[in-house]
Amino acid sequence: MTAATLERPVPPVQSEGPAPAARRNFSEELLKVEDISLSFGGVKALSNISFDIRKHEIRAIIGPNGAGKSSMLNVINGFYHPQEGTITYKGNARHQMRPHEAAKTGIARTFQNIALFKGMSTLDNIMTGRLLRMRRNFLWQALYWGPALKEELEHREKVEAIIDFLEIQAIRKTPVGRLPYGLQKRVELGRALAMEPELLLLDEPMAGMNVEEKEDMCRFILDVNDEFGTTIALIEHDMGVVMDISDRVVVLDYGRLLADGTPSEVRANKQVIDAYLGVSHD
Amino acid sequence: MLYREAGQFKTNYVADQAIFPIRQDRIGMAIVLLFAWVIIPAFGSDYFLEIIMINFLFFSLAAIGLNILTGYTGLISLGTGGFMAVGAVASYKLAVIFPDLSIILVFLISGLIAAAVGIVFGLPSLRIKGFYLAVATLAAQFFLDWLFLRVDWFTNSSTAIEGVPKTVFGYLVTGPNAEPFAKYYVALAFVSVFALLAKNLVRSAIGRAWMAIRDMDIAAEIIGIRPLPTKLLAFAISAFYSGVAGSLMLFLFYDSAEPDLFDINLSFKVLFMVIIGGLGSIAGSFMGAAFIVMIPIILTNAPDLLGLPISSDLAKHLEFMIFGALIVFFLIVEPNGLARLWQIAKEKLRLWPFPY
Ligand SMILES: Nc1ncnc2c1ncn2[C@@H]1O[C@H](COP(=O)(O)OP(=O)(O)OP(=O)(O)O)[C@@H](O)[C@H]1O
Ligand SMILES: [Mg+2]
Repeated sequence: MTAATLERPVPPVQSEGPAPAARRNFSEELLKVEDISLSFGGVKALSNISFDIRKHEIRAIIGPNGAGKSSMLNVINGFYHPQEGTITYKGNARHQMRPHEAAKTGIARTFQNIALFKGMSTLDNIMTGRLLRMRRNFLWQALYWGPALKEELEHREKVEAIIDFLEIQAIRKTPVGRLPYGLQKRVELGRALAMEPELLLLDEPMAGMNVEEKEDMCRFILDVNDEFGTTIALIEHDMGVVMDISDRVVVLDYGRLLADGTPSEVRANKQVIDAYLGVSHD
Repeated sequence: MLYREAGQFKTNYVADQAIFPIRQDRIGMAIVLLFAWVIIPAFGSDYFLEIIMINFLFFSLAAIGLNILTGYTGLISLGTGGFMAVGAVASYKLAVIFPDLSIILVFLISGLIAAAVGIVFGLPSLRIKGFYLAVATLAAQFFLDWLFLRVDWFTNSSTAIEGVPKTVFGYLVTGPNAEPFAKYYVALAFVSVFALLAKNLVRSAIGRAWMAIRDMDIAAEIIGIRPLPTKLLAFAISAFYSGVAGSLMLFLFYDSAEPDLFDINLSFKVLFMVIIGGLGSIAGSFMGAAFIVMIPIILTNAPDLLGLPISSDLAKHLEFMIFGALIVFFLIVEPNGLARLWQIAKEKLRLWPFPY
C-alpha cells in the first residue's frame, strides 16, 4: 500500500478532474451495522443496511433526499430503534443503542436542523458538551468553590481551546439564537467536539453555506480527523466535498444500500450515477 | 460612574467566571447589600420591615424556587402553594414535637421534607410536559390542600398552624412577640444565602443541564444528560426553596395561618412574580417579588396621598386588572420580564452616548 499517503489536499470545493485514489488505509473496525431495518408505520426508512466504519477514517453517507441517511445516524446514536439488525460498536454487539449510552461511549453528533440550546450563550452551549466529564455533585456546584470551581475552570479551558480552534472567540457570550445559520452550525460542531468523541456523526454540516463557509468547515473536519484522530461519519449533498474529504462512501437510495467503496469507485458505479449523480441534487 | 466593560480586560478565566464579572455590577451589589443589612434595619419602621420587607423576602425565595423549575428547566408548575404549605406545616410540627431543635434546623429540615414531596410530584414530568404537566402539578396543589385541611394530625386538631416562638443565640426571632427587625434579619439571612447558592447552581454544570432540557430535550439526551434525574433534581431544589419560603411565611410573617392560606392563589401569585420578573433570572425573581408585593400597597396608599380616595374594593379590582394587563404584556412582548428590560437598559448604557 505504498500509494496510500497521509497527505491530503486542502479541499478546493467542487474540484473537477481525475478522481483521487483512496488516500489512506484503515483496518481496525470501530462500528459495524448489520442488516438494519427500520420502518415508521408503513414507511420503510431503511432495509437491510450493512456497512462498517473504521477507526480514524472519514466515512461519507450520501443519497438523494429521503434516502434514509439521517435515519441511519439516528440508529447509530440510539435515537431511532431499528426493528431488525445488530450494531457492533467497539466490539460490543447490540440490537439498539440508547442516546445516553452512545454519548457515554464516545459518540457525538450534529443535526441537520441544528439542535442548539437557543437560550444559552455559545460558551454555555459548548460547555454542555463537557457535562459527562464533570464529576462534582450539585452541592459542590452550589458552593462554586474549591474543587467545584477548579473543575469548572479546567473545563472552561478545554472549551476555550475549541472556541479558538473554530475561530468563534467573538461570539463567545452571544446567545446562539441570535447567530446566523453558518455560525450556529459551527457552534454545534463545537459542542460535539467538547465531548472529545471517538466517533463524530455530522448530518449535513455544510448545508446552506456559501463556498467560503464550506471551505472553513472542510478544514475543521479534516483538522479534527488529523489532529485528534477522530473517526467521522458525515452526510453531505455536495459531491465535490464528498470526493475531496472522504475516505470511503456509502450510498443509500430509498432506504437500500446502493454502493459502498472509495469515492472513485462510487463515482464510477453505474447504479449510483443513475440514482443519484444523474438527478440534480440540492 | 459610567456603566462600562471597556478597559476591564479579564486576564484569566477565574475573573471571567466570577459571579459579577463587571465592576459596576459588583458595586451595585455591594450597595444593595449595604441597604439590606444595615440601612433598612437601622432606619426602617416596623411597618416597613414587616409588611413590606419580610413579605418581599419570603416571596423572593419562593420565586427563586419556581424560577429554577419553570424558568431554568422549562417545567411549568402550579404547585408552589402546596410545596409552601408542606414547608409551613412541617416546620410547625417539627417545632412542636422537638421543642429543643434550633429554628434554623427546623426551617432547613422542612425544606428537605418539601423537596421529598416535590420529587414525588415531579415524577410525571418524565412523560408529560407543558400544559399537561401544569395540570399534574395542579393536582398536587389540590391534594396537599385537601390533606392539610382534612387530616387533623397536621394541624394538631386546631384550625390554624402557628409560628412557635423560638430563639437564636438567646434572642426571640419568631412568634407574635418577636421584634420585627429580629424576624427581618432571619428572613434576610436565609434569602441572602439561598439566593447565592441558587445563582451558583444556575451558572454551573447542573444549571446548564437544566437549561439544555428546557431549550431542547432531544439534544440534551444526545450529549448524555439523563432527563429524569435532571428534572427531579430541579423539582427537589425548587420544592426545597418553596418549603423554606413557606416556613418563613408562617414563622416570620403570619405567626398563625389556616392551611388554606397556601391555596392555588398563592401558586399563581408566585408564578406571576416569575413571569413579570423574568423567566430564567435570579435577579428577576427579586424584581418580580418586589413588584407584586408593592402594587397592592401602592394602590391602597397612593390615592390617599394624592387626595383621590378610592374604595378598597376598587383598589382590589385595580390590582387584578393591573396584574392581568402586565402578565399579558410580559408574555407577549417580553417573556424575559423585568430582568431583561433591566439588561437592555444596561446594554444601552454601555453604548451611551454613541449608540453605534
Ligand atoms: N420520525 C419519523 N417518522 C416518520 N417517518 C420518518 C421519520 N424519520 C424519517 N422518516 C422517513 O424516513 C425516510 C428517510 O428519511 P431521512 O430523514 O432519513 O432521509 P434523508 O436521507 O436524511 O433525507 P434528506 O436528504 O432530505 O435529509 C423518509 O421517507 C422520511 O419521511
Ligand atoms: Mg437528512
